[in-house]
Amino acid sequence: MAEKKLMKGNEALAEGAVRAGCRFFAGYPITPQNEIPEYMSWRQPQVGGAFVQAESEVSAINMVYGAAATGTRCMTSSSSPGMSLKQEGISYCAGADLPIFIGNIMRGGPGLGNIAGSQGDYWQATRGGGHGDYRTFVMAPASVTEMGNFPHKCYEVAFKYRIPSMILADGIIGQMMEPVEFTTPEIDPAALPVPEWAIGVNKNRAKRVVKSYDLREGCLEVLVNERAKRYRQIEASEVLYEEKMLDDAEIAIVAYGISARVSVAAMKLAREKGLKAGLFRPITLWPFPKARLAELSNRIKKFLVVEVSLGQLVEDVQLSSCGRADVHLYARPGGAIMTADEVCRAVENIVKKGAKEYATAK
Amino acid sequence: MYQGIRISGFGGQGVISAGVLLAQAGMMEGKEVSFFPAYGAEMRGGTANCSIVVASDEVSTPIVSSPDTAIVFNEPSLAKFEPAVKPGGLLIINSSLINSRAGRADIKTLYVPCNAIAAELGNAKVMNMVALGAFAAATGAMSVDAIARALPKVYKKLKPEVLELNVKALKRGAEFKLN
Repeated sequence: MAEKKLMKGNEALAEGAVRAGCRFFAGYPITPQNEIPEYMSWRQPQVGGAFVQAESEVSAINMVYGAAATGTRCMTSSSSPGMSLKQEGISYCAGADLPIFIGNIMRGGPGLGNIAGSQGDYWQATRGGGHGDYRTFVMAPASVTEMGNFPHKCYEVAFKYRIPSMILADGIIGQMMEPVEFTTPEIDPAALPVPEWAIGVNKNRAKRVVKSYDLREGCLEVLVNERAKRYRQIEASEVLYEEKMLDDAEIAIVAYGISARVSVAAMKLAREKGLKAGLFRPITLWPFPKARLAELSNRIKKFLVVEVSLGQLVEDVQLSSCGRADVHLYARPGGAIMTADEVCRAVENIVKKGAKEYATAK
Repeated sequence: MYQGIRISGFGGQGVISAGVLLAQAGMMEGKEVSFFPAYGAEMRGGTANCSIVVASDEVSTPIVSSPDTAIVFNEPSLAKFEPAVKPGGLLIINSSLINSRAGRADIKTLYVPCNAIAAELGNAKVMNMVALGAFAAATGAMSVDAIARALPKVYKKLKPEVLELNVKALKRGAEFKLN
C-alpha cells in the first residue's frame, strides 16, 4: 500500500492528471479551483510538460484544442462561470473528436454567484453546455483519493472514444484536505502510441486534418451518426456507480460528490432508527447508470435524490425509474450544504409519514 | 470517536497552519481526518477559519458546523464561534488578545494567553502551537507528541531550532488545565 499523503482535492486532481500522462495545461484563475493551475505551474516543468496561464478561459480551452490535436494528453480547469465561457470550445473539441480533459470545481450560480461549493452545473456537464449533438464523459469524485485517481479513467475513455472528458466536483471536494492514496498506474506519455489522427510534423504520410465541420451536402449527418455510435458504446461499457446497503432497502438515497458523503452519514443515522435506507451513487454522470436504476426501481419503490442544486440530478433518476417508483428530492442551492440530520429527517418523513413527492428542505 | 474542531482568528495568526497540522497528526495516528478552510476573501489581517475532523469512522462532511472544540484567536472569532460549540464542548480562548469572557455555562472554557507565552519563548509565530498544546491536553483527542511528530511532515523546511521552539510551545500550552 502506498503511503497516505494529506492533500487538497484540487492538488490531488492536478497530480492525478500528471500521473495519467497530462503534459499540457492551460487555464485561467478562478476560486475555488486555483490550486489546480498553481500546482500545474510547478509540476508540469518537472515532468517536461507545459503550463500556460492563458489570458482568458476561452483562450485556455482553445489552447487545449490545439494541444489535443497533436495527440498530447492535455487539461484545462475552471469553476462554474469560467466553465460557461469554455462551452463553445468544448463543443468544437467534441465536433473535432478531440480527447481533452476538463476539471470543473463547481461554485454557486447562476451568474457570478458566489465562491462556495455547489452542484449546479449538473445539467451543463451532462447535457452539453455547448451547441450541437455531443456528449462529454463526466465523472463525479466524492473524495480526495477519487480526485487523484479518476483522471486516469478520464484519459482512457477520452482517447479510446475520442471524446471530451470531465471531472465534475464541487468546491468542498476541491478545497478539502484528506489522506490520498494514488492507486492508478503512472503513465509515461512518451511510451504511448501516437494516435493515427494526430497532427504534427508531416513526414511521408497522408495529410491529416482536425476540424469540427463538414459543409458538404449530407456529410455532417454521416459524421454525427458515426460519433453517436461511439456514444452508445460508452453507454454500454463505461458506466460506473457505487451501492451501499441496497439489498434490503425500502428507500434508496441517490446522490453524487459531497452530497453522497453526507448521504452516507444520513443512511447510517436512518438505519440506527430502524429505517431501511440505502445509497446509490452515480460515479459516471454521463453515461448515467440508468439501466441499473431502472432495475432497482422494480424492487425499491422510494427514491430520495439529494443534491446541492435545485433539482437537476432528480430528472435523470425520474427518467431512469420511469414512473415505477416515487422520486423525492432534497435540494439546496449552491452555497448551502445539507447536514446528515436534515437528510435523515427527509428519509423519515417519506418512509414513516408517507410524504408525497418532492419532500424538500427545512 | 469523533472530534470536530473549528479554529478561527486573524489571517497571519497561523489558523490554517494549525488546522493542517492537526489533520496531519490525526492521519499519522491512524485516524480518519479532514481539513476544510474557509476560502473567502481571506488576507493577512482579515479573518480566517478552518474545520478539522479527527474520527475513527469515515468523515462525511468536512465542514464542522457545531464543533466539539472551537479555538478562537481574536474577538470577532469568539463572537462568531462561541454560539456554535456543541453543549458540553470546549472553547479555547486566546486571552492575550481577547478581553471578553465566554457567556455560555453549558460548555467548558479554557483561557490561554497564547501570544504572551509565545513572546516569552521568544517567537510570536508559535502562538498557535500553544493553543494546540492546550487542545491536546484538554481533549485527549491526540497527544502533544503526535502533533510534534507531524510538524516536520507539514513544514519540511523547518530548522531544528525552530522545530524545537514549536514543540516547547506545544508543551507550554499543555500545562493549562480545565478547572
